[in-house]
Amino acid sequence: MADTAAGLTVSPVVARPALPARGPWATAMAILLQNRAAMSALFVLLCIIAACLAAPLYAHQIAHVDAFQSNVDGEIDIDGTTVAVLEPNTEGLGLGVTPIGPTGRFATYWLGADSQGRDVFARLLYGGRNSLMIAGIATVICLSMGVLVGITAGFFGGLIDTGLSRLLDILWAFPVFLLAISLSVVLIHGVQLGPLSFDSGSLVLPILIISCVYIPYVARPVRAQVLTLKHSDFVLAAIGIGVPSARILWRDILPNVMTTAVVFIPLMMVMNIGLESALSYLSVGVQAPDASWGTIIEDGQGLLYSRPWVALAPGIAIALTVLCLNILGDGVRDAFDPRSQVRPG
Amino acid sequence: MLNTLVRRFAQMAFVMFGISVLVFLIFFATPGVDPAARLAGRNASPEVLAAVRASFGLDQPLPIQYLMMMKKMFITQDLTSFVNRGQMIVPELVQAAPVTISLVVGSALLWVGLSIPIGMLAAAFKDRFLDRVLMGLVIVGISPPVFWLGEITNLITQSRYHDTWLFSWVPPLGYIPFSEDPWGWFKCLVLPCANVAVLYIGIYARLLRSNIIEANQQDFIRTARAKGLSEWQILFRHSLRTSLITFATLFGLDFGFLVGGGVLLTEVVFGLPGIGKLTYESLRVLDLPTIMGTVLWGAFFVVASNAIIDSLYAFIDPRARHAS
Repeated sequence: MADTAAGLTVSPVVARPALPARGPWATAMAILLQNRAAMSALFVLLCIIAACLAAPLYAHQIAHVDAFQSNVDGEIDIDGTTVAVLEPNTEGLGLGVTPIGPTGRFATYWLGADSQGRDVFARLLYGGRNSLMIAGIATVICLSMGVLVGITAGFFGGLIDTGLSRLLDILWAFPVFLLAISLSVVLIHGVQLGPLSFDSGSLVLPILIISCVYIPYVARPVRAQVLTLKHSDFVLAAIGIGVPSARILWRDILPNVMTTAVVFIPLMMVMNIGLESALSYLSVGVQAPDASWGTIIEDGQGLLYSRPWVALAPGIAIALTVLCLNILGDGVRDAFDPRSQVRPG
Repeated sequence: MLNTLVRRFAQMAFVMFGISVLVFLIFFATPGVDPAARLAGRNASPEVLAAVRASFGLDQPLPIQYLMMMKKMFITQDLTSFVNRGQMIVPELVQAAPVTISLVVGSALLWVGLSIPIGMLAAAFKDRFLDRVLMGLVIVGISPPVFWLGEITNLITQSRYHDTWLFSWVPPLGYIPFSEDPWGWFKCLVLPCANVAVLYIGIYARLLRSNIIEANQQDFIRTARAKGLSEWQILFRHSLRTSLITFATLFGLDFGFLVGGGVLLTEVVFGLPGIGKLTYESLRVLDLPTIMGTVLWGAFFVVASNAIIDSLYAFIDPRARHAS
């Protein structure tokens, strides 16, 4: 740098007024809004979220069931009158069985009942609420931690970087699944951390575990990007004219890292939903009586041949959600990745 | 060259050490958790708790405890389960390993064999009908959770359509060792392997497609086109070859990941007695020493296979060889 600058005659810089161009965020949003596949995926996703949020509404107002109470008698209470919803049984004593879905009636046991006579569709909605909430909160925590660690390691360098990078190397090499299982199996029966105490049913535990294990997946690329940015011309220029580090971090590094982080959001959601359902399926995630899509699949495993919809429905829900997130994720990547804009065709 | 290898393996040793410390800390030093109660399993009697404390030296300082655990795990290999009284864990793992490895190798063959043609076709027909159909199928394929896919497979092949000509060959869930009946071994692994492969076919086909499309914008491809090579020649001889480098790196990572616990859920769903099933069964009864064993051996396998693949890489890719 120094030897090239020495040969130049320095003339006063005349700033050219900036063109009224749109910023990177506005440009990206415009591209994203025109992506029909991504927008449809977003729409379906919002519908799924809305439906899951409306779980109590469906359970109490439409289906008149309690999704967490066993109801083997198959009786529901509609406005004070008790209605039996049993279906005739062809085997045994012919006493009738709780509905096996799909029943074709949206309001009563649409997808049938599980082994305890609980409405599968109502449980599906409640489960979705937990699955999506856990994945969502874990995504936020994981991204903020990942960005924080990545920026700290990349920007400050030196001993901090060495320490953090080695730690990330170890976590990165550790198979995610095994790490999550080890943490869950130790923590799942409750933990006492100073003033904080989480009992075994707490949703905080799966959220924390899921957000921890994926931090290296965010932090490593962020660190690499910060290292590149640190040596880019505009940061060198800022250092050259004496801008304080904190301001460089805030004005030059962070905005660039944020676009990377945005691309990560759908991807992290996909991974978190997958990990949550897997852990819950292995009975070390969400604990009964709470439900999530993973625990419902586990419930349905034993009923697979007699009441297949117990396991089918949550799997379809996960697949649909993840599919939408994948399509949306492709759209977000195309919109925010500058390389995809120069790509012809 | 030798320097690179030595450095790579030193790094491997460091990561292994780090992982073993991490596992140790998770199982023995999580704040607010009594390790003896966890290691002994559910509702253990005071005698068992005392035995656990003595066996793992829980009254000793942490570094000593760490050394004792590592000795049990790797040197004397006499780590025992307390839930299944006296069951030796390391031999159990050795017995389960071939099942897991068969499953992973089989699915790796499937996913490499299918994702390369799919990715190439999609890239060659970029933005045309075939590309859209293939990429549509692939994105649907990577969406459902693997254990659910396995259950659906079971529902179709074991129950609903088992009596049709299509699935009457499907053996009941479980595993048949190769040494007993090679044909039976093959039959019981086909569906589990296909199940694992679906996700990876999707991931790798998407990866290969975008890599080939990116490679197609490189200067050397323009040169190849300018000197008159046909599009298919360019695809096979030039774009595919450069694109396979990322493919191979990722393959190494995923192969290690799958052997080190990634196929756990598939093994559970299909009743294959591999390392994953062992972990699952230990999870059900909270047999922590066994879980610790599978986690540590699994993680070590992943790290070792990554190091080996990285070293092989130096032989394959001339750039990697000269980089250091």
